[in-house]
Amino acid sequence: MIAYSEGLMDLQSQVIQYLVTGLTVGSIYAMVGLGFTIIYNATGIINLAQGEFVMFGGLIMVFLTATLRIPMVPAFFITLALVTLIGMVYERLFINPLKNSSLMTLLIVTVAVSIFFRGLAMFIWGKNPYSLPPFTSGKPLLIGGAAIIPQVFWVLGLSLLAVILMNLFFNKTIIGKAMSACAGNPLAASLVGIQVSRMILLSFAMSATLGALAGITITPIALMEYDRGPLLALKGFCAAVLGGLGLGTGAVVAGFIIGVVESFAAGFLSSGFKDAIALIILILVLFIKPSGLLGSEEVGKVKKF
Amino acid sequence: MNPLLTIENLKKAFGGLMALVDLSVQVHEGQIKSVIGPNGAGKTTLFNLITGVHPVSGGKIFFRDREITHLKPHQIAALGISRTFQTVELFGNMTVLENVMVGCHTRFRSGLIASGLRLPRMRREEKEIWERANQLLEMGGLSAKADHPSKSLPLGEQKILEVLRALASEPKLLLLDEPAAGLNEVETDRMSELIHDIRDRGTTILLVEHDMRLVMNISDDIVVINYGQKIAEGPPEAVQQDPQVIEAYLGGDLEYA
Amino acid sequence: MGRKNLLRLLLLALIVAVVPLFIRKDYYLSILVFMGINGLAVMGLSLLMGYAGQISLGHAAFYGIGAYCTGVLTTHYGFSLYTAFFSGLVLSVLVAIVIGIPALRLKGHYLAVATLGIGEIVFIVFNEWIEMTGGPSGLSNIPALQIAGFTFGTSLRFYYLVWAVNLLALIFSLNLIHSRVGRALRSMHGSETAAAAMGVNLSLFKIQVFILSAVFASVAGTLYAHFVSFIAPNNFGLMVSIMFLMMGVIGGIHNIWGALFGASLLTFLPEYLRVFEEYDILVYGAILLLILLFMPEGFLEGIPALYRKWVKQEGRSQ
Repeated sequence: MIAYSEGLMDLQSQVIQYLVTGLTVGSIYAMVGLGFTIIYNATGIINLAQGEFVMFGGLIMVFLTATLRIPMVPAFFITLALVTLIGMVYERLFINPLKNSSLMTLLIVTVAVSIFFRGLAMFIWGKNPYSLPPFTSGKPLLIGGAAIIPQVFWVLGLSLLAVILMNLFFNKTIIGKAMSACAGNPLAASLVGIQVSRMILLSFAMSATLGALAGITITPIALMEYDRGPLLALKGFCAAVLGGLGLGTGAVVAGFIIGVVESFAAGFLSSGFKDAIALIILILVLFIKPSGLLGSEEVGKVKKF
Repeated sequence: MNPLLTIENLKKAFGGLMALVDLSVQVHEGQIKSVIGPNGAGKTTLFNLITGVHPVSGGKIFFRDREITHLKPHQIAALGISRTFQTVELFGNMTVLENVMVGCHTRFRSGLIASGLRLPRMRREEKEIWERANQLLEMGGLSAKADHPSKSLPLGEQKILEVLRALASEPKLLLLDEPAAGLNEVETDRMSELIHDIRDRGTTILLVEHDMRLVMNISDDIVVINYGQKIAEGPPEAVQQDPQVIEAYLGGDLEYA
Repeated sequence: MGRKNLLRLLLLALIVAVVPLFIRKDYYLSILVFMGINGLAVMGLSLLMGYAGQISLGHAAFYGIGAYCTGVLTTHYGFSLYTAFFSGLVLSVLVAIVIGIPALRLKGHYLAVATLGIGEIVFIVFNEWIEMTGGPSGLSNIPALQIAGFTFGTSLRFYYLVWAVNLLALIFSLNLIHSRVGRALRSMHGSETAAAAMGVNLSLFKIQVFILSAVFASVAGTLYAHFVSFIAPNNFGLMVSIMFLMMGVIGGIHNIWGALFGASLLTFLPEYLRVFEEYDILVYGAILLLILLFMPEGFLEGIPALYRKWVKQEGRSQ
C-alpha cells in the first residue's frame, strides 16, 4: 500500500516538476514569440536575430553585476535599457536602409545580424556559459512533492507582467493602437499621420526589451552562453506561428504549450528529441490549421505570411 | 446553337456586401458582347468569378456544356478562356516577347525534365512558341519592341500587349477588362481595330468597358449591370434607348467619349 | 540558353580544366572541391528562391540525407555506390514531396517554416539514431567514389568530378530557365494572378522546383560524404542551411551564376578568416552585413549596379 502510494506520489511530483519546468521554459519561448509577432506585425519581417536579444539580456546582466559590481535592481533596468538600445541601433543600421528590399532579403539580413551578434558575444564573453545568482535566495518550495526554486516565480511573474503590459499597450494606448494599424495597412496608417518608420523602430525596441527580460530571468536557472540564440529563436518562432502571428496572446499561450509539451516529452520519452518537439507540433498544426492554433481563418488569409 | 458561356443565377457576396445578385447571362459563339454599368456595379467581379479568381457565393457557370464554377484559374485557362486585366498585369520582369510566350503556356506540354535536358520535343515546342509569339507581336504592331522590357512600353502598348498575350493560347473565349481604360483616342482606335481582328478570326469576346463610343461601335450585344443585377440586355440601339439604363448612368445621357 | 551563357559555360569549363595546373597543393584543391559541392547545393536553392520565390530554411536536410544515405548504405551494408546514391536521391525526393505539397498549396511562406522544421528534425534523427548514423561521433570510413573501376581517391580527381557535375547541373538549370517552364516560373514573379490566368499551375511548379532543389542538394551531399569520408550531424545542422541561404543571396538569386559565385566566396572566406580566431564569426557576420547593405540583390546584380551609379556620379561631377 505504501509502495503503491509512494509510486503515485512520485508520478505526481514528476508531473508537477515537468509542468513547472515546462511553464518556466515556456515563458521564455512566449517572450521570444511575442517579440517575433510584434516585429512581424509592424513590418512583415521575421526577425531571426530575436534569440540574440535574450542572449544579450543574460550576458550583459552578468557583466554588470559580476564585473562592474552594480547591484541587481539597477543592473536589471540598465540591462533592459542597453539591450533595447541594441535593438534600436540594429533597426536603424540594418533594417531601415533596406526598407525597400524584398522580405526575403530582410530575412537574410536578420540572419546575418544574428551571426554578427553571436560573433560579438563570443568575442567579448568567449564560449563559456555564465550564471547569475537568483533574484531572491531561499529554499525551494515543496508543491505536491516537487521542489520549485523561487526564481521560477520570478520568471513566470515577470513574464505575465510583461504580457499584461503589452496587452494594455496595444489595446489601450494610442501608440499601441497606431502600431496595430500599421500592421494592417501601412499606407493607410501613414495617410492618417502615423509615422510608420517610428513604429517600426518601436517594434524592434519592444522586442528587444522582451527578449532581454527573458534572458535576465532565465539565466539564474539555465545559464547563458553566446550561442543560445538560434535554438530559442526557433522555438519562439514556432510559438509565434502557432499563435497565428497575431498581435495577441496567441504566441504567449503557444509558447507555454510548447514548453510544457517539450518538458513532458523530455521527461517521459527521451531528451534527445525534445528540440524537435516544437517543430513537430508546428508542422502538424500548420498542415491541419494553417492560421495557427488561435488565429482565425480570416487573419490567416489576410496576413499573407 | 448552344451558347459558349452560360452564367446562371450568379451570386457573389464579399462579407455583407452583395457584389452580384442573381445574374444570368449567355454568350454565343462568334459574338462580341459587352458588359457595361456604373462603377462598382460588379463587372470586374463577374470576370473574376468566371476565371476562378474568387469563389462564387451561389449560381453556376458553364463553358459549353461543362460546369466550370469551381475550377481554378489555370484550369479555366486550359479550357480555352483567356483574359486581360483592368489594371495592366504584365510580367514586368520579362520582355515584350517573353510575355506573349508565357501566354502560349497552356498549349504546350514540355515539363521540367524535358526542358532541362532540352529534349527534341521541347526544342520543337520552343520554336513553335517563338514563331507564334512573334506572329502575334506583328498583329499588334509591336514587333520592333520584342526585346524591350515590357514595363518600358507606354500604357496604350502595354494594353495591346496584354491582349496579345491573352490571345497566345488561342482561346475560344476572350475576356477583356476595360481594354480602353486610360487610352487616348488614337490608342482606343488601335485597340478597337485589334478587337475586330480578333473577332474576325473566330474568337468570342466578352468585354467590360466604360468607353461608350468603343462599346457601341464593336458590340453585337450589350448587358447592363447595376448594383450587381442585370437591368438590360440587347443590341446597342435597344440598350441606348432603355430608360432604366439611362437612369442608372447618373440619370443623364450615356456619355460618348 | 543564349549566346552569352554558352560563352560563360565554355569559359568556366576552361577555367576548371586549367586551374589545377597552377594550384597543386591538396589543401587548396580541397577548398575548390568544397566550392563545387556547395555550389551545387546552392544552385538548386537559388532556383527555388529566385524562380519559385520560396525560401528553404532547412536545405541541409537534403544535403544530409544524401550524405548519410550513401554513407550508411556503403559502410554498414556494403551497398554498391549506385544503389546508395539513388537511395539518397529517392529519400530526399520523398521528403521534399511530403513537406512540399502541403506547404506549397498554401499561399505565402509556409515552406520556409516547414523546411525549418524538417531541417531540425532530420538533424535530430542523425544525432539520435546512433545505431545507424553513429550519432554525434559521426560516421567514418566512407569508401572513396568508384565509377566504372576508376577511383576518385585524390583531391585532384574529385575536383574534376565535382566541377564536371556542376557544369552539367548548370547546363540543366540554364536550359530550364530558358524554357517554357523557366518562363512560367519567372512569370510567377511578375504577377501570380496573371500567370495563373495564362494557365500556369503555380503550386505544381513550385513543388517541382522544390523537389529539383532537393535533388541538387542530395547529390551534393553524396559527393561530400565520399570526399571527406567522415561525416557528423554537425555538418548538416541549421547553421549549414543558413550558410547555403547566405551563399545564394550574396551571389544573387535572380541569376544562376550567382549561386556559384556566392558559394565560392563564402566557402573561401571562412578559410581566410581562420586567421582571426576569436574574431572570426564577428568578422564573417560583419562582412555579410556589409555586403547585404550595399548589394541587397547580391553580387552579380550589385556590382554592375554600383558601377553604373559610380559612372553616373562621375558624369555629373563633370
